[in-house]
Amino acid sequence: MSVTRVLRIASVLGLLVLFNPLHAQEAAAPAPSINSGDTAWMLTSTALVLFMTLPGLALFYGGLVRKKNVLSVLAQCLGIAGLATLLWWAVGFSLSFSGDGKFIGDFGATFFKGLYGPNGDDISFSSHLAGVPESVFAMFQLTFAIITPALIVGAIAERMKYTAVLAFITGWLFLVYFPFAHMVWGGGWIGAGIGAIDFAGGLVVHMSSGYSALVLAIILGPRLGYGKEKMAPHSMVLCMIGTAILWVGWYGFNAGSAGAANGLAGSAFLTTTLAAAIGGFVWAFLEFLIKKQPSVLGFCSGIVAGLVVITPAAGFVSPSGAVICGIAAGVIPFFAVVYLKKWLGYDDALDTFGVHAIGGTVGTLLTGLLAVKGINGQEGGMELFFKQLASVGIVLVWSVVATIIIAYVVKVLIGLRPTAEVERQGLDINEHGEEGYAD
Amino acid sequence: MKLIISIIKPFKLEEVKAALADIGIEGMTVTEVKGFGRQKGHTEIYRGSEYTVDFLPKVKIEVVVVDDLAAKAVETITKSAKTGKIGDGKIFVLPVEDVIRIRTDERGDAAV
Repeated sequence: MSVTRVLRIASVLGLLVLFNPLHAQEAAAPAPSINSGDTAWMLTSTALVLFMTLPGLALFYGGLVRKKNVLSVLAQCLGIAGLATLLWWAVGFSLSFSGDGKFIGDFGATFFKGLYGPNGDDISFSSHLAGVPESVFAMFQLTFAIITPALIVGAIAERMKYTAVLAFITGWLFLVYFPFAHMVWGGGWIGAGIGAIDFAGGLVVHMSSGYSALVLAIILGPRLGYGKEKMAPHSMVLCMIGTAILWVGWYGFNAGSAGAANGLAGSAFLTTTLAAAIGGFVWAFLEFLIKKQPSVLGFCSGIVAGLVVITPAAGFVSPSGAVICGIAAGVIPFFAVVYLKKWLGYDDALDTFGVHAIGGTVGTLLTGLLAVKGINGQEGGMELFFKQLASVGIVLVWSVVATIIIAYVVKVLIGLRPTAEVERQGLDINEHGEEGYAD
Repeated sequence: MKLIISIIKPFKLEEVKAALADIGIEGMTVTEVKGFGRQKGHTEIYRGSEYTVDFLPKVKIEVVVVDDLAAKAVETITKSAKTGKIGDGKIFVLPVEDVIRIRTDERGDAAV
């Protein structure tokens, strides 16, 4: 990579830091009894968020890669789901939601210790969500820990060794995801300390994964033939199905982050719908204006961007605020994907950075301006905006530094890329011994 | 006997087939192929990244005719496949040593 390109990338990242001066899932007092309605909604939301990764994200990303690599993407999503679950049970839940550390939790809830109350025999016990069993809260949060690292797959698709992907994700969960889940939602530095707000994961999910994805994609280098060969999606049909599943699943993500079946959940459901629909429409309309052709990929990208932008804002903004988020989602990530990527010359294969990092940043900042006090007690304005800006800077710098460290450790230990021959022939047949579409 | 290999634009296939049928040529082998001649490739942009399209989709038609019909067949294909724009394709004419109809064991002109 040329020095000029490094400088360009550094300047863009630097600007975001320079201009820098939770609450949603925060702890509630333990409830004496279980609220059936809230519990039912949280169980439903948990299933919906898992559905976002398997099969939603897997199909969305799977359709966007070339035929020879479709299974590699599915295998990465499946592997990450298993890996994150195992780590969540062992230490992840504890490091995210136990203790009152500034940056990370403690080991008080390792191996789900205390999940059923101090005596281990109270399945209705809850210490985080009033009226909802701790088991449900733990599983709801697990589904977030699954989809967040899986988002990274999009930037590095078609050119990273499977073992390297899983090794990187292991380190990334420890150094990035668990700390941010704790800092924003677990009573740590960003949510409780700075006072920044993130309803469902603009910081914790989309920015953390998006900025990390860009750095990893740059360290990996572009796919062989990038910029010369056609690398268009092998199945826009799969991509569209995946997008629709993501959209529906996202109701669990955003409306579920209300933590209850109440007015806030309803409001988050509504804002999510507006932003997604408008984001898709605006993105495709821009394509129509510029290229005279609205594409299905444009609609899908805009819908996902709309969902990303509204994620941190879902439970704080009014319907009008959601419309603004939707329009911003159709415009800003569009230019990041179509023009910024070309200008900087990185290979963000499926636009994880362009949609998730940029969209998450836009949403986090818009939340600071558009939050309405009557909806969830947070007043938008310059004070909140600067708190949001500070949180953006922290997530950006932390994610970038941690990713550089983990990526180079993995590179030294097992290497990041397969051989040129393997990459040319495709990851499916070489790394998984099977093909997506048999003759 | 001659083997006439024609590389043409895909959307011209039906027109060529009909024109050949009009002069009594009913059998042919058709293959979807990719390639380029003078038309060369061109650059396209997909999601901000450029790529070169070297090989363009074409259709290859293979027809075996008796010697007397070869010139007429070439003329017919030329007329029906022509658009006048670059990339209309090429026709190759090759001699054929023998033809055998598997079902009946007929050989030569009788088997064409």
